This record gives sequence, structure tokens and C-alpha cells, in this order.
Amino acid sequence: MILAQLHSFQRVFPGIRAARLLISSLPQQDFIACEKVMSTSAKPRVFITRRVPECGLALLKAQCEISQWNKDDPIPQSELLSSVKGVDALFCLLTDKIDAEVLDAAGPSLKVVGTLSVGYDHIDTTACVKRGIKVGFTPDVLTNAVAELTVALLLATSRRLKEAMRAVEDGSWGTWKPMWLCGPGLEGSTVGIVGLGRIGLAVARCLKPFAVSRIVYSGSAERPGAKEINAEFVPLDDLLISSDFVIVCAALTPKTKGMFNKDSFKKMKKTAVFINTSRGAVVQQDDLYKALVDGEIGAAGLDVTTPEPLPTDSPLLKLDNCVVLPHIGSATHTSRSAMSELTARNILAALNNQPMPSELKIS
Amino acid sequence: MSVQAYITRQIPEEGMSILKKKLNVSSWCSENVMPREDLLKHVKGMNGILCTISDNMDKEVLDAAGPQLKVISTLSVGTGHIDVSECKKRGIEVLNTPDVASDSAAEFTVTLVLLVARRLLEGMDAVKNGEWGLWKPMWICGFEMGGRTLGIHGLGRVGFGIARRLKPFNIERIIYHDLYHKEYASSVGATLVDLPTLLAESDMLCICCAPTPQTIKSFNKEAFAKMKEGSILINTSRGVIVDHNDLDAALKAGRPMAAGLDVTDPEPLPIDHPLMKNPKCIITPHQGTSTWATRINMAKAAASNLYISLLGH
Repeated sequence: MILAQLHSFQRVFPGIRAARLLISSLPQQDFIACEKVMSTSAKPRVFITRRVPECGLALLKAQCEISQWNKDDPIPQSELLSSVKGVDALFCLLTDKIDAEVLDAAGPSLKVVGTLSVGYDHIDTTACVKRGIKVGFTPDVLTNAVAELTVALLLATSRRLKEAMRAVEDGSWGTWKPMWLCGPGLEGSTVGIVGLGRIGLAVARCLKPFAVSRIVYSGSAERPGAKEINAEFVPLDDLLISSDFVIVCAALTPKTKGMFNKDSFKKMKKTAVFINTSRGAVVQQDDLYKALVDGEIGAAGLDVTTPEPLPTDSPLLKLDNCVVLPHIGSATHTSRSAMSELTARNILAALNNQPMPSELKIS
Repeated sequence: MSVQAYITRQIPEEGMSILKKKLNVSSWCSENVMPREDLLKHVKGMNGILCTISDNMDKEVLDAAGPQLKVISTLSVGTGHIDVSECKKRGIEVLNTPDVASDSAAEFTVTLVLLVARRLLEGMDAVKNGEWGLWKPMWICGFEMGGRTLGIHGLGRVGFGIARRLKPFNIERIIYHDLYHKEYASSVGATLVDLPTLLAESDMLCICCAPTPQTIKSFNKEAFAKMKEGSILINTSRGVIVDHNDLDAALKAGRPMAAGLDVTDPEPLPIDHPLMKNPKCIITPHQGTSTWATRINMAKAAASNLYISLLGH
């Protein structure tokens, strides 16, 4: 009798938490019987907002009931709102806006949001804390991929690859000339890293053997890892004034939003190369365009823009001294698989009331 | 009679001023190559010539200059454009600029490795062509350096510079092939291997050897067949080391997976050459040493080489 009631209850109110609330007041024998049923039949429900690398999916399938937007393109917000009803966990991407509306649509069953990214500016973390929802993210496993892409972008920008490739394609590549397509080299330069976190530190480590003369960094506080690479902690303005290469590796927060503006670019060297692989919104993009056109800075390389994707008629794309990549910082098979697996592990840990491998600590 | 020198191209002022001090200098005031007839005309009577890789310094030029020619100083590391053995016979010193060029050449080679591994040009094109949609997990995924084997063919200044620069990218192993063991290889943990091993085990293979009878066209059908699946090939040394038709076929067969060439034979490569259209091959227009500082230093070095050789101090 109790079991039949349990089953019908579960059909109406899916999710382990709701069912457990029901059975917690039952006599011991019945409680144990129900628990047994629940543990075999009432798998936690996870909604995945995209087609994701298989390894994460496989881990979740073993313990959860999966529903998924199994497409390569992002899920429309309206679909997201209806798909999350009553789920225990949400596996999302940085293209999904996880705001109070989505959390409310999910309901009280939602225990954890796992994002396939290290950035979390797309999640209303305050709203999550209020509702007791844990948030998992994927630092570390993508650090090397992003650092490598940042260095690649810096080199492509400073060595004028855009103009070089055009010359090869349109046949204007003639015989070798002494000063043709010369750019600034890293040798003897000062590199400034804005935000010496995991990625910033990895970038600095990679650039050291390029005969860089000085590495400086700015941020909210000194970083322990800086000593190993002799990086100096300086005020942001000093970094802007003295750096030949300014590399932005800072997270997007209310403090860093729009921090690179007209004034910042004016402070920078006229030959400076500006690289951003963090988030588009840390840069006032119109100010950047003006700075490039007016010669306030030498060149820019962006893996992140506002908006994303950048429209093809964006004036930035017409500039020879601006390289734009389509947000491929962590785009390696290794990283994306590792991110998928970590997101799954974050979710499973939270569902099983265990410490998450990568929980976002929200203050 | 004052010492006469001729410069076959417009070079950075920092180099010119060194020569103008004590030599009677005349030069071809253009950034473009000297036409052959003008080269033969202007070298007449010169004691020293400062040239670039675009000038074919063969017997005909040496004859046109005359027996008073004592030194040829080239604005390059490579000397393949100079008939070095003929110069030796005539007692003409040949000088080049190896040390100042290595850093930028190593840096550019690493640029190509990363560009190819991370498919940067595909990314740039996707942005331009409107193929960039909203972020997708498996779009334009490349490969990471972590856990890979870097192979260097010729561990000279540039080869060593590449190894040093890529080491912090969590490279698992560095192997090199050369005529003999290099002492400094141990400082980057690089081990000497034979050529078949280099071909078979490298994930990223960088050609950094000089063009010699042994190395010219050595990267051919047979060599490519031995390369590792998923590997990438980078050449920033000299185009003649690679058989470009064989490379095109090899890329289409998937071994190597992709290539980056900063040097080709000829240069530039004709626009209708199959490699120019092959999406697995990035070709850059010989920019290995194209940083302001390097070209200025090369000009100063080439000028100093000429000056010191002619005047003895």
C-alpha cells in the first residue's frame, strides 16, 4: 500500500528530496522499504542544456535520469524554463542565462547547477545562495588550453598574421624585404598580466622563456605563485604605462566590468599589444576600436567580445591591427572532455551530499 | 684610395650609419630587389658588398665585381644565395648574422606550432565569414601541448630556442635529430634520436636544419609516410628541405595531420600551387625574423661585419 502511494507520489512530485520528506515520518519498516525502492527507482533528474562530450554524460547516466537539449545550438530561454521543472540538477553552459526565473521554474527540487565553464557571470549566484543551490564550475582542467590559446593569440597579433595571410592569399607577397610586416617581438619586452589567477600565472610561465625582460601583474592582492616567475605586483596604472603586452586574464565581476576604456588605452604605449581572453565585457569595445584607429595602442587580439558572436559588420573586423577569434580559449578535445567529466562529478557529488570537486564558493 | 662598399637594398638607418662613418658607401635605394643588370653594374670595383637573400651572389656577380672584392656580408643567417665555395677560392670572406636572428625565428616557429595546433586561422575565418555562432563545446577544437612529444630536426640556435620556449607548455618529451650530440640539449631535457625515430614519435616536428645535400628534399613521400598520426609539421628553415608536392599528397592522406610553412621553394609559392589551397597547410610569407628589433640588429650586425672585415677594427 505504502509503496503504491510512494510511486504515485513520485509521479506527481519527482525528485528524491520530495519523496524523502514524505517517507521520513513513516514507521521504520515502511521507511526502509520505501528507501530501497527509491534508491533503485527514483533516480535524481538532471537536465543538460546542450549536446556535451560523452564522458560527462556517461557518468551521469549511471546514476541519474537524464533529459537533454541534445543539439549543438543553444537552448532557447523558453524551452529552458519548461525543461527544468522539478529537476534535481542542471548541467548548463555559459550561453545559458541561469537567473532567478530559471531557478524558480526548476522549483525546490533543484540542488545544484553545474556549469561547463570557469566563468560564472551567466549565473545569478546570489539567487542560488538564497535558495540553497550549490554551483559547480570547471577551473584547472581548462587552464592549460586557455593559456596556450592566449599565447597563440598574442603571437598571431604581434607578428601581424592577419596581414601576412592576406598577402599570401591575394598574391601581394613578393620577395623578401628587410622591414616588411615587422612587429614587436617578446624579446626584451615588458609583459603585464591583469589578473594573475590560474590562467594568468600559466600564461606568465609560458612567456618567460621568450626572453621577456620583465613580467608585471595587477589585481586585488599579491599572488603566491608570482615569486616563482619573478613577476612584480604593481598598480594597474603602472602596468598600463610600462607594458609592451597587456594581457587580460581577470574574471568578469561588477568591479572589472568595462575596466578597459578610453583612459586605460591612453595610458598604454602607442606600440602596445592588448590581448583579452577573459570576458568581452571587461572592455569598452567602442573605446578599443577608437584607440586602435587613432594609434593610441599598437594592436589588439580578442578571443572574447561583446556581443558573442561578433557581427560580421563590426568595425573591429575591418582593422588590420585587430585579430578576433571566436571564443576558442578552452577548445581542445582534452579540455572539453575534462570539463564535461568535472561538471558531471560536481553534480553527482552535490546530489549525494558529498564535497564537490569544484564548488564555486560564493561570498 | 678609400674603401668602397655597396648595399644592395634599403636597410635600417642604424645599419647604414655604421657604414657611412668610414666607408665610401653607395646603395640601391629601394626596399625591392635589385634587378640583375643593375646588380652586375653596381658591384664593379667594390671591396665589400652587403646583400640580402634575394640577391643571387654567383660567379657572374663575383666576376662583375672584380678581384678587389674582399667580403660579402649578408643580412641573413642563410648563405644559400651565395656561391660560398667560389668565394673561398677567390679569398672572399662570407659573413652572416646568426646570433641576432635566433630569438625571433624561434618565437615565430612557436607561433606556427600553436597556430596550427589550435586552428587559429580557421577561427579567424569563421569570425569573418559569419560562421561563428553561440559557444559550442566541440567547435574548432584543437590539441594541447600537454603530454606531447616535440621533435626538433637540427638543434642549432633556433631549434634550441624552440625547445626552451615550448617546454613550459607541459611538453612530455623533447627529442632531436642532428649530426651529433649537443651539450646544451640536456638543459631542456632533449635526447638525440635517429631520423626515423624523430619522424615516428614526434607530435610536433620542427625543421630547423640548414639546407645541405643531405637535407635538401629529405622531407618527401617516404619521410611523410613514417610520421605519426595526428602530428603536425613546421618548417621555418628553408623551403628546399621539403618536397612540396609530396607534402600536399601526404596532408591529404592525413600524415602529417597539418603543416605550417614559413619558407617555401620557390618563394613566394605560385598562387595556384595545390598547397596554397590545402586547408591543412598554413603558409606564411617568410616572416621568421620580422621583428623591428631583430631586423635592426641584423642590419647593424651585417654592417659591422662588413666594416670590421674591410678595415680590421
